[in-house]
Amino acid sequence: MAREAALAACLEAVLGSRSSANRVFELLEPLAGQEEPEDIVSATRTCSRLFGALLERRELFVGPLPDQDASLAESYSAEDKYRIWMRHRYRDCVGCLGELMRHEAFQVKELALCTLMKFVELEAQYPLIKIEWKGTLTFPCDLLKVVVDGLLPTEEDTSLLISRFQEYMEYNDVRYFVMKAVTASIGQVMQKTKERPLPFYQQNVFSLISPINMPNKESEMVKFMVKQDNREELKLSRLQAHKQVFEKMWLTFLKHKLPTGLYKKVLVILHDSVLPYMNEPTLMMDFLTVAYGIGGAISLLALNGLFILIHQHNLEYPDFYKKLYSLLDPSIYHVKYRARFFHLTDLFLSSSHLPAYLVAAFIKRLSRLALTAPPEALLMIIPFICNLFRRHPACRLLVHRPGGPADMSEDPYVMEEEEPSKSKALESSLWEIQSLQNHYHPDVARAAAVLNQSLSEMEDDISGLLELSAYELFDREVKKKAVDVPLEFEQVRGLFGKKNDIFAEHFSLD
Amino acid sequence: SNPFEVKVNRQKFDILGRKTKNDVGLPGVSRSKAIKKRNQTLLREYKEREKTNVFKDKRFGEYNTKITPEEKMIRRFALERQQNYGKKNIYNLNEDEELTHYGQSLAEIEKLNDIVDSDSDTEERGTLSAELTAAHFGGGGGLLRKKASSEPQVEEEEKPKSRKELIEEMIAKSKQEKQERQTRRESALELTEKLDKDWKEIQTLIAHKTPKSERKDKEVEKPKPDEYDMIVRELGFEMKAKPSERLKTEEELAKEEQARLQKLEADRLRRMRGIDEEENKKRPSHMSADDLADGFILDKDDRRLLSYKDGKINIENEEEKEEEEEEEEGEEEDNENEEESQEESASENEDDAADNHSDLESDLESEEEAAGNKEEKKHKANENKSQNMEKLDPKREAAKSELPYTFAVPESYETFKSLLSGRTVEQQLIILERIQKCNHPSLAVGNKAKLEKLFGFLLEYIGELASLDLPELRTIDKLVLPLYNLCQMFPEAASDSIKFILRDAAHDLEALIEVKGRATFPGLDMLIYLKIVSLLFPTSDFWHPVVTPAFMYMSQLLTKCRITTLQDVIKGLFICCLFLEYVSLSRRFVPELINFLLGVLHISLPKNQAQGYTVVHPFTPVGKNLELLLVRDKEDLKSWEKQNVPLSIVTRLKETSRTEINHIRLSCLALCFDLIKKCAALYESLPSFHEIMHPVRILLTQHVPVHEYPEKMQEWYHSALKELENKVKHYTPLICEKKKPVPLKQYTPKIVKVLEFGRKQASSKKEQERKQLIQRHKRELKGAIREIRKDNQYLARMQLSEIMERDSARKRKVKELLGSLATQEGEWKAMKRKKWKN
Repeated sequence: MAREAALAACLEAVLGSRSSANRVFELLEPLAGQEEPEDIVSATRTCSRLFGALLERRELFVGPLPDQDASLAESYSAEDKYRIWMRHRYRDCVGCLGELMRHEAFQVKELALCTLMKFVELEAQYPLIKIEWKGTLTFPCDLLKVVVDGLLPTEEDTSLLISRFQEYMEYNDVRYFVMKAVTASIGQVMQKTKERPLPFYQQNVFSLISPINMPNKESEMVKFMVKQDNREELKLSRLQAHKQVFEKMWLTFLKHKLPTGLYKKVLVILHDSVLPYMNEPTLMMDFLTVAYGIGGAISLLALNGLFILIHQHNLEYPDFYKKLYSLLDPSIYHVKYRARFFHLTDLFLSSSHLPAYLVAAFIKRLSRLALTAPPEALLMIIPFICNLFRRHPACRLLVHRPGGPADMSEDPYVMEEEEPSKSKALESSLWEIQSLQNHYHPDVARAAAVLNQSLSEMEDDISGLLELSAYELFDREVKKKAVDVPLEFEQVRGLFGKKNDIFAEHFSLD
Repeated sequence: SNPFEVKVNRQKFDILGRKTKNDVGLPGVSRSKAIKKRNQTLLREYKEREKTNVFKDKRFGEYNTKITPEEKMIRRFALERQQNYGKKNIYNLNEDEELTHYGQSLAEIEKLNDIVDSDSDTEERGTLSAELTAAHFGGGGGLLRKKASSEPQVEEEEKPKSRKELIEEMIAKSKQEKQERQTRRESALELTEKLDKDWKEIQTLIAHKTPKSERKDKEVEKPKPDEYDMIVRELGFEMKAKPSERLKTEEELAKEEQARLQKLEADRLRRMRGIDEEENKKRPSHMSADDLADGFILDKDDRRLLSYKDGKINIENEEEKEEEEEEEEGEEEDNENEEESQEESASENEDDAADNHSDLESDLESEEEAAGNKEEKKHKANENKSQNMEKLDPKREAAKSELPYTFAVPESYETFKSLLSGRTVEQQLIILERIQKCNHPSLAVGNKAKLEKLFGFLLEYIGELASLDLPELRTIDKLVLPLYNLCQMFPEAASDSIKFILRDAAHDLEALIEVKGRATFPGLDMLIYLKIVSLLFPTSDFWHPVVTPAFMYMSQLLTKCRITTLQDVIKGLFICCLFLEYVSLSRRFVPELINFLLGVLHISLPKNQAQGYTVVHPFTPVGKNLELLLVRDKEDLKSWEKQNVPLSIVTRLKETSRTEINHIRLSCLALCFDLIKKCAALYESLPSFHEIMHPVRILLTQHVPVHEYPEKMQEWYHSALKELENKVKHYTPLICEKKKPVPLKQYTPKIVKVLEFGRKQASSKKEQERKQLIQRHKRELKGAIREIRKDNQYLARMQLSEIMERDSARKRKVKELLGSLATQEGEWKAMKRKKWKN
């Protein structure tokens, strides 16, 4: 308390008379970061009040800041000299706060961030830059750069602080300049590292830029931190400009190699919160095609963005279906993004103009892979295949081939063939689904048995089945009420006492 | 009648055979009828509407139309006279005062000296004769005359009876009665005599069937009959016991058992195919395979029937048996000695046991012998006995003697645990058995619920035993027997508690996945529970309330749980075994099983191999936790022998040495090979068998380093591979089931039963009835409204006529008045004129 009282006294003294201006150092001293967090916090508060007041009183030097020593010698007036000196202290303070944003204590970090943003607001209002002509941008970009740098350290995860910062991103101008600053920052940082991924830094950048909420229309852009009269004429107020900066930022971010986890995260949000706000979504083409070529889960995720480009921006993708076909491997039924992938696959295969051989190849491959799938995936894929049969009646040969050879020694379908047209899928039959009629899960067996009969005209709705999880399935089974419970009639003889018990052969009760 | 008064309802169409009631109407007639009726009812009511007094006509026979007016008058006259006959004047005291004594008129008593008691025989007494004489004094002529006369009652009533007449009447009556009585008595006597005579005649004819008392006399007289006859007769008369089932011969028993099993098996198959799930909702009540008919089935008749056991009649009930057992303890101690002597020379019981679970036995035997533990052996023998013969052996009896005989069902799990803790396995079994017997559902109302709870406790107890650091699996092995029995008694409760456990486990798994993003295998207790499920319930059903969730849970375990340690591999393989066991009869396809086995093979290979197969979750082609089953140590490879993996290893693997771990790894691998072989045998009939097994085959043929394996392992490997390879590839193109052809439209008329023309036909009987009722109600309502309307019209008419009448009367009177006034005036004027004139 004594400490705070002293600080308050000091503040009053500095603000009160210029003669005690040197006591500013007493205020700045704790900001060096060596003190207890509480002391730093109180000192930061005091500094914030001090420089806030000074900015409001316009007692800081305006214009390009001359060197401190030079200013003493030069022929500045005493007033100017004081202002220059005070402006230097202000600069020191900002520097300290920038440092404090890397302090261990979150409390300190948060306060430093808030204080800096307060300065940003005040500086925008009482600019420290000389207004040379009307319309000069008075936004303190340099100060904002300090904030952004503080938010994006290279060696720790600052997602908490970034989430605190999100409230400022509501302001259109702040967002605009932050995007610019981030672009610059990425350029600087990544250039130094020479294509080596920096997981923390990139993670931080991602958590800063992924929640950016771009306005949809120019008329929505009403919230600005700085009120300027001639806003209409400024670049800042145009959506086009915002989009441009946004686009540039993302392109710069994606230009560099990403860690796999981040790669997936980027791809997950790309189609939803990035592509629609770009001036030229086609610029993402390179990134997406590379991602699509990587294979595995990343390819699956890239599919979504690619779909938007193909669908809305006329992207010509050669061998798209071939690539999609090659994406089908046993893991698709087990990955997290199964629902999204099959949703898209359903879209891609919904065209009735696809050749029968292609659809047949897809059907055959999907059902071949279904032989390793868990029940929740099977419950989804069987209606999926049924839908394909409905859309492409030519493929029904797969389930109904009345005049075919009576007996074959091989399945004509070639699983290893990359090219759907050469896979001979149309010569084959869906023995896989027939095998699944013996599946242990009653619902799967029932669903597979549908293929024995001729299909109904209406397509099944699979949207509800896409997200089906094993636990849901279990829950559904457990909640079923049974009328009676059949019992085993063979008398128990012990834990492993059954006839031909497998356990008795391999396990012992010790 | 007048054709102008006839209204003809013309029919539009003539329909043959239809009878019409209302084709001709007589409106005039019916109207006049209606008006007449109203005159009698409504009009009367209307006229009496504000009157509270009611006029009652009590004139005799006034409304009786059957009597002619003359007769009516005569009757009225008679009544009048009758009324007058009694008291004429209430003030005339002397005339009719009747004095009584004991409720009888004194005058009467005076007249007749004694009253004739009609019931008693009056011959002997003199009273009647006195009476008679009195009558005679009155002269018999009157009597005679009265007898002869048969005048109508009316006449008699007309004239008052004189005293004499009354006496005469009375005498005649009594005489008549007496005579009748006598004749009746005589005829009865005659009849009895006749009957006796007849009976004697018949008696001689059927002399053999003599009454008992007589027979005894006869027996005394006769020479003693054959002893055999006596016994036969005695047996014949002895209280008959109800016959129970005939003691069956061995073959019959075997045949019956076979038939029963066949039936159960057929039932199982039906459920397995799941064809008629809906149709066959009601299932025959299930009986345990080894049901001992010892009253353990709930809804069974608990009466004790006469039964035979070992050729002797077995009457004593359970309690007595137990008492006897106590008494026999001394004897059985002797038996114990014998037993011990037997055990030394590998007793017969051992052989019996070998039949029961030879596999288990053979596994155990080596260990037992190594331990040289005779005690253990003895326990085993005991157990066999108790299972096979349900007869308590001495050892058990001794243990029993320490235990109380009755147990209440524990209310909570803690009390249950404290009941069992510190007891040997045998004692625990006995306790459980006694709890069941003492609290049999048929004994008290609440017992069912209590025993159902017991199942849950037992299950929990087993889980706890399994999750100990040193799991007491042997105890569990024994405890599954009472568990099975309880399950047979209360299937619903058992399935509920197992489902509860499964749901909990699945929920935990899901929570773990959500929090950590990956799951770990559950403890040994869950594995044991899953195994118990397969023991208690038929796993081959198409759908089963317990087994299907268990399937789902196991599938989740095999796909979601990370494999990081050797224990995980063992648990996983255990679940694979479970899967195989579950589907061993139904041969259902389990993709997870093949995936997991492939994964297990994959982690037994050295890293960085070219792959022609893909492993799926939870296994990864690259990354950590590879080579988990890889054994590089040559020594260990050489010294390995196939051993059964002890289950307790999943809790205490760390303590074992490196070599041992390597051996366990190899055992796991051998187990994996065996499972692959079993899978191959199981799925051979699936149409895409080769596709399913394709990755496994590639891995086996191309990647497994067979030559490095010890010889035994190579055997396992080759047998598995052989099973995979020697299946013919056989594909037949699929053909859809033929659609039922849609029948062509036919032109034969469709015959529909017409119930009522113009009504809706297509409705159920009930609906039709309802409609009919509604229709009838409507009709009645209409009729009623019409009637009311007509009533009102009638009333209005009546009122109008009344008013008219009143008005006309008034007019008439006014006219009269005016007339009289006019005449008066006229007269007055005339008078005046006269005056003027005058």
